[in-house]
Amino acid sequence: MASLNVLDFEKSIAELDENLSKLHQIVEDRNNPQNKPDLAGQIAELEEHRTALLSALFANLTPWDKVLLARHVKRPYTLDYVGAIFEDWTELHGDRMFADDGAIVAGLAKLDGQPVAVIGHQKGRDLKQRQQRNFGSARPEGFRKAGRIMQMAAKFGIPVVTLIDTAAAAADIAADERGISEAIARSMFEMATLPVPIVSIIIGEGGSGGALGIAVADRVLMLEHAVYSVIPPEGCAAILWRDPERKSDAAAALNLTAQRALELCIIDDIVPEPLGGAHRDWAESAESVKAALLQSLRPLTGIPAPTLVAQRYEKFRRMGRFTELEGV
Amino acid sequence: MPPDGWFRRKSKFAPAPAAQIVAQVPDGVAIKCAQCSEIIFTKDFEKNLKVCPHCGSHHRLTAAERIAYTVDEGSWVELFANLRSVDPLHFKEYDSKLAKSVQVTGLGDGFVVGTAAVSGLPLVLGVSDFRFMGGSMGSVAGEKVARAMEEGIARRLPVVLFTASGGARMQEGLLSLMQMAKTSAAAARLAEAKLPYIVVMTDATMAGVLASYASLGDIHLAEPGALIGFAGARVVAQATVQKPPEDYQTAEWQLGRGQIDSIVPRRDLPQTLATLLSLLTGRASVNTGGLNG
Ligand SMILES: [Zn+2]
Repeated sequence: MASLNVLDFEKSIAELDENLSKLHQIVEDRNNPQNKPDLAGQIAELEEHRTALLSALFANLTPWDKVLLARHVKRPYTLDYVGAIFEDWTELHGDRMFADDGAIVAGLAKLDGQPVAVIGHQKGRDLKQRQQRNFGSARPEGFRKAGRIMQMAAKFGIPVVTLIDTAAAAADIAADERGISEAIARSMFEMATLPVPIVSIIIGEGGSGGALGIAVADRVLMLEHAVYSVIPPEGCAAILWRDPERKSDAAAALNLTAQRALELCIIDDIVPEPLGGAHRDWAESAESVKAALLQSLRPLTGIPAPTLVAQRYEKFRRMGRFTELEGV
Repeated sequence: MPPDGWFRRKSKFAPAPAAQIVAQVPDGVAIKCAQCSEIIFTKDFEKNLKVCPHCGSHHRLTAAERIAYTVDEGSWVELFANLRSVDPLHFKEYDSKLAKSVQVTGLGDGFVVGTAAVSGLPLVLGVSDFRFMGGSMGSVAGEKVARAMEEGIARRLPVVLFTASGGARMQEGLLSLMQMAKTSAAAARLAEAKLPYIVVMTDATMAGVLASYASLGDIHLAEPGALIGFAGARVVAQATVQKPPEDYQTAEWQLGRGQIDSIVPRRDLPQTLATLLSLLTGRASVNTGGLNG
């Protein structure tokens, strides 16, 4: 593996990028008396090649490639989107019971002028941030903070937006001690009857109960290269093949891509990412997410709360595949 | 669904799975308790509701045994027995695992629902059978839990669910995960209808089941020694530096952490359920007693 910031399948792109930036450097170097027209041609050619290569690479991503993209350290995290999409963001801390969980951020903001409550998993980029954010693995306090903010949103008739990006909920002893299972269950229970519109978008990793715990929404969206799974591929591989290294086979078996989630009627829509993935262009990604949120929220506002809640119930009630035998 | 082995532990608190009761003395006359290694006559073991008379270990029950030990004789009417799992993701070996579980258990899937009475008090009862792929929750189990709750609402009956599950069924991927949302939403409807919902956690109640409908009861009972927790031992070990306490993730440990109302020995469960249902519904039971624990 090369740099943490470059996935294996992106290496050819990284090399091109490096060559391109070298050429750009030469052009931008004003003291350099070199022949510029020749370089402009080279640059254009390289850029064309790069776009073609990206398109080809990203047209044939495996499920495991998507897992890596969803976990990419350069991928925009919740607060990166919050800063780019919302106005008047005011973060609110704590569950009023035990602590403030850094793995889930919550607050109030405006989306296109309209107040919304925003809740999302937050990962960290460097070691210090990661520890502070518990690697994006929410503890009971995170779900309880989310619940508190959602209840407040309901009280004031404010729609809720949740951004999902977690490998899993916290699985340590301390989380168990403070009722991580109950906290997740309670959050889903309360979201099921929350009398305001809820839109959830999986921006990176949708890791099992830790993700679903704040994703019981009227509209559930996924970014194009995000993943959503009942179990991490590594864990699945350990069970199926007694070999965590067969994670790419497991990723394929789990049907964890946005495309499969849509086919299985788990999500409502896929939100496009910039060519080459969200990490290549944060601004364009944020634009895409913002447009999708607005488009999803608009038809929900104005629906009477009882209808909204009934529709949300039916939406999740229908999920699942089974048969009913006759004459049993 | 983590493998069964993840929930197996050697501690004085936790019972071994019934499957471990091996060392069959000729003709199944006696068995060896996998917890304390004492030999028990099968007749005595069954008379004692599969609780070891030597160490008190509560061995796992099949759904049929649980129903027989819990409800008034002749009151059980099974519902939704025609639901069967499919293999929507064409997942590795799922078909054969399902077929084997059906053959071993004689059940359509790992969750059984019906109406019954306990000390004359009517209820909707749901029971998970751990033998069926570790009681894992796929589309069928989730659907049956939701239907049990909707049946309770439709008939104005309390709902009692016995849980025993390793969690969401991996082989149905996201479809299984969504059963957590579905069952939690159904529990919310049941709560809105102001009908009693009692959960009885039995060995083992883990992960996606504990983190959904199992943790949403008005009252949470548990059998002694039942393994109850969020993550399997391996995952916990990865996530935690310190060594777990000896009784970690047992019913007793969860009681101390505030997640369980009462630990009730198997023999007392019907009486305790009757008392609670009577208290919550105001209906009179045939006989009543105090809440143990
Ligand atoms: Zn024993």
